[in-house]
Amino acid sequence: MAKVLMKGNEAIALAAIKGGVDAFYGYPITPQNEIPEYLSKHMLANGRVFLQAESEVSAINMVYGAAGAGKRVMTSSSSPGIALKQEGISYICAAELPCVIVSVMRGGPGLGGIQPSQGDYYQATRGGGNGDYKLIVFAPESIQEAIDTLKEAFDIADYYRNPVMVLVDGLIGQMMESVDFDHPVKERFIPTKDWATTGTKDHPGRRNVANSLHLDPALLEQHNFHLAKKYKQVKKNETRYELINFENPEYVIVAYGTMARICRSSIEMLKEIGIEVGMIRPISLFPYPEVAFDLIPESTKGILCCELSMGQMLDDVLIANNGRKRVGFFGRAGGMVPDPEEIVDAIKNFDKKVVK
Amino acid sequence: MFEVKYEKSQGLTDTPLTYCPGCTHGIVHKLVAEALVELGILDRSIAIASVGCSVFSYQFFNCDAQQAPHGRACALATGIKRVLPENIVFTYQGDGDLASIGIAETIHAANRGENITVIFINNAIYGMTGGQMAPTSLIGQKTTTSQDGRDALHHGTPIKISEMFSSIDGVAYLERVAVFDPKGVINAKKAIKKAFKYQVENRGFTMIEVISTCPVNWGMKPIDSMNWAKEKMLPVFPLKIFKDKGDHNA
Repeated sequence: MAKVLMKGNEAIALAAIKGGVDAFYGYPITPQNEIPEYLSKHMLANGRVFLQAESEVSAINMVYGAAGAGKRVMTSSSSPGIALKQEGISYICAAELPCVIVSVMRGGPGLGGIQPSQGDYYQATRGGGNGDYKLIVFAPESIQEAIDTLKEAFDIADYYRNPVMVLVDGLIGQMMESVDFDHPVKERFIPTKDWATTGTKDHPGRRNVANSLHLDPALLEQHNFHLAKKYKQVKKNETRYELINFENPEYVIVAYGTMARICRSSIEMLKEIGIEVGMIRPISLFPYPEVAFDLIPESTKGILCCELSMGQMLDDVLIANNGRKRVGFFGRAGGMVPDPEEIVDAIKNFDKKVVK
Repeated sequence: MFEVKYEKSQGLTDTPLTYCPGCTHGIVHKLVAEALVELGILDRSIAIASVGCSVFSYQFFNCDAQQAPHGRACALATGIKRVLPENIVFTYQGDGDLASIGIAETIHAANRGENITVIFINNAIYGMTGGQMAPTSLIGQKTTTSQDGRDALHHGTPIKISEMFSSIDGVAYLERVAVFDPKGVINAKKAIKKAFKYQVENRGFTMIEVISTCPVNWGMKPIDSMNWAKEKMLPVFPLKIFKDKGDHNA
């Protein structure tokens, strides 16, 4: 298949189909509506399941049911809608069921706005659901990377029996780029889903149960230990990042998604005026690429964390930096997207941006 | 010479039930289990346990199961049934789970005509959490959160789920039964079996509301709770077939 020009949300939807999604359950919310709209036509046409639920709460619980039944399942939503899905996400993590959640961030808090934002970094990496659980979160910066990530996301979810969130913002969802759907992604071993609730006829002598209740604290703790061990494996195997212009940077920017794309331009502009600035672009937000911070040269004067929020990933930057460099912050919020010049100015005035 | 005249249904596991003495959950579990065995569908059934006293029902029904978040049983059931249409999917929910926090999920599953079966236990109280007021609690009924009795002006009146659902097109079979006397138990069994039979025949959403007892949280002896259900609950929740689309669609 040659390159095609597609809108981000529609490309994500098509990538899900190519990734083998069996069922999609969702609820309308801007700016991700093109995902369910596209799937409503193309899933049914391919004999797969598409259902518009009565709420995000219901949609994520339909995902729970179908994931428990061993199918490849996806839902998508945006900020306030993802907030409503948090209950289900906690249960799905607890019951160790695989699924893919696409989150197309818009400005918040509350109803907020519908323009691009990265204000849901906490929501994605810390979550609003209860208990000790982790989502595996990838934050692509382009539509091509989004569709590659999405195809892989189903495999990763199945492998770890854990939800994978693909986190983009409204800009990636709404813009158009040329993409290649035949771009190869990593082949993975996918274990058989012998745990799926498909009826005892498929596994005589054994009842399969999807459950998150463990009233005996000793047993629940064992389950917590088991999950923690799994997340450790995820951290070891799935940490992803890109280093840009890292030869001898005077400063290092840390940015992901749309913000990273803007910072690429800023880095070029800074180069022209003789300031070498590198960038760590986290691709996995959990696991966070803390190891990349060990690669920052001794000579680098400081780290500038740039986000479309008032500073959420900043926490992880401070943890990863562990007091080694001075850390500054630049952020726009509410749906306001900065020009590359604003980041150029922030680097030039780094001392004024320092938070720690 | 001995012969087995009666034994526990193969539709139930050997796990001891966690229900209180005199509670009717055990009876309803037995009826559901028998219906699944008699229809020959146990090995393709998936039970959805809800939150409340029946939270452990995933351990009791001898089939695959999923345990749902509070109120979301019909959403899980929908998710499963849509990807596994040949399987039999049923939820087992109390009045707090279904009629309060899960009413949206239940109404919309019914309205979509999801081909699932809902066993709805109405005992007019929250059991698991210790006897709080349910949407189905009666006017004047004292609970731990309506200690002077449920007041219609303050709390509204008991919600009549079956009456409400009877107007929904997607509902294929809907009956309210009670299990406080042998005749009622026999009729409840018939209704539950019919609901599952309709699911086998892909006729649409089926729900059986079972008027049940909660002697512990009602503060009564089991026999008194049976009488209370009969005398106080039936006038508000009359036993009736609210909908039977099957014969017309046959």
